[in-house]
Amino acid sequence: MKALEVHNLRKEFTRRDGRGKRRVAALKGVDFEIERGECVAILGPNGSGKSTLVRLLSTLLLPDGGDARVFGHDAFRETRVVRRLVNRVSVEASFFKKMSAVENLSYAARFYGLRPSETRDAIPEILRRVGFPADRRDEPMENLSRGMQQKVALARALLTSPILLLLDEPTTGLDPRSKQEVQQFIREVRAEHDATVLLCTHDLAEAESLADRVGILDGGALLCLEPADELKARYNAETLEEAFFAASGHAFENGEGGDHK
Amino acid sequence: MRTMSLALRHELVGLSGVIERNIYLVKRYIWWDIAFFLWTVANTLTIVFIAKGIPAVGGKIDVEKVTTILLVGAVIWAYLGIIFEILTETVAWERWEGTIEYTFMAPLSRPVHLIGMGLFAIGYGVIRAALLFGVVAAFFGLHLHNANYPAALVVLMVASISFIGIGMMTAVLPLISPEKGTQLGFVAQGLLLVVSGVYYPVSVLPGWMQALSTISPATYALRGCRAAIINGAGLSDLTTEIWALLVIGAVSVPLGLWTFRTGERYAKKHGKLKRSG
Ligand SMILES: Nc1ncnc2c1ncn2[C@@H]1O[C@H](COP(=O)(O)OP(=O)(O)O)[C@@H](O)[C@H]1O
Ligand SMILES: [Mg+2]
Repeated sequence: MKALEVHNLRKEFTRRDGRGKRRVAALKGVDFEIERGECVAILGPNGSGKSTLVRLLSTLLLPDGGDARVFGHDAFRETRVVRRLVNRVSVEASFFKKMSAVENLSYAARFYGLRPSETRDAIPEILRRVGFPADRRDEPMENLSRGMQQKVALARALLTSPILLLLDEPTTGLDPRSKQEVQQFIREVRAEHDATVLLCTHDLAEAESLADRVGILDGGALLCLEPADELKARYNAETLEEAFFAASGHAFENGEGGDHK
Repeated sequence: MRTMSLALRHELVGLSGVIERNIYLVKRYIWWDIAFFLWTVANTLTIVFIAKGIPAVGGKIDVEKVTTILLVGAVIWAYLGIIFEILTETVAWERWEGTIEYTFMAPLSRPVHLIGMGLFAIGYGVIRAALLFGVVAAFFGLHLHNANYPAALVVLMVASISFIGIGMMTAVLPLISPEKGTQLGFVAQGLLLVVSGVYYPVSVLPGWMQALSTISPATYALRGCRAAIINGAGLSDLTTEIWALLVIGAVSVPLGLWTFRTGERYAKKHGKLKRSG
């Protein structure tokens, strides 16, 4: 069974601007599959539809067409089952700012059915593993650096033992050291757990170093998905950046994805 | 059978998580709670002083009785406000903190989530309302020898079911339209305030407002609590109020859950849950 099967997935949004309302396609019929235990990176510039894809798979959005299956379960109809299997780390840490790391993790774990007797030891243990300093566990989250908060976000996602981990720009905006630590931890999780990872990023190096296969998402369309080497070979490119240029017809930085006409 | 009891256990653990989180929030925002409580005390004193003010300008009333009527009105209104506020925060606060997506993607069923918010709101609201009542009654030296507090509490508990149902309906509004949602919430609360006879008998209202008062759970909550506290009415005297509240509750909770679910679907269809990142 595939860990993830996405078939012709489409999503549009209504946007209001000076000229009134119009429909914007965020995903234009995306197809791909991920094997169990695999790490797939979806590389795309801002606005290419990465977060929309992650939100659809997290049961936070309903599609306009197509379907998605997580370990065989329909992500839009069997949401209860799918929610147990999936967790997510997004670009913004998303915590109750006045509450501590331990408090934020405790209540979140309850939502996944973990009792206090189960989290009493599991929370300190997982915080230790992500390299979170023990003496800051009870401090309000708002006192912590971005890097520190992102470690708590990783801990929150792993605490519920997801078998599909969705990472949406987990290192964007982090200082280089925190970024390294988070990436190292993602490698460890893959090595030690039976987790499948979908990593959405606009960091070319991150995609190349963490993923088994790299996909290029541009303007809501998935242009290709294969191991980084093959991708580069196919476009006769030295780097992923060149491959992106060859695949999409524009440079990586100024891609505007869904904003294309 | 086993999987059913496991599922049930998960839901109960989830429910305890909703309550646990709210307790952490009270703990972390305790100074806000205290400040807000003091404000409510001042507000309630102001209203209850009206009873003393009327004879001072030449009116003739039974000061002790009017004091109690106003006090019960102010306390029940404060309680209702707390319930609404907490349920409305289900969406609004989590949106502001940025946690809403994590809560909505968790395997916690929405009814359990909302009922958890409701249970917390009742517990927290009862403590606050009891403190408020105690402080203001002591301030005015009221001796309510007749009062049947257990009966008043039962009325309040039964009324809470309806309040929570209505709270669920207003809670979902920010999901549909962030600003208009909050605005509509205010309007709904204001409407309840004016028609339910918080500070006066509903009989003084114009006919159409009286008609509205019959479907407001606050009307029965106020009538029942006043009868229990002022006249010492027992549960057997309060069956009309309790039945009315049960009927309104039996309608408003399912309607509240349905409204919330519909709003959530709409938000997921149109990307209104949150948009950034
Ligand atoms: N909730 C939403 N409402 C309206 N438009 C949205 C919403 N979410 C995304 N979009 C639009 O869809 C496109 C893809 O956005 P997104 O998935 O956030 O891209 P990325 O994560 O790759 O930066 C963009 O044009 C964005 O403006
Ligand atoms: Mg994004």
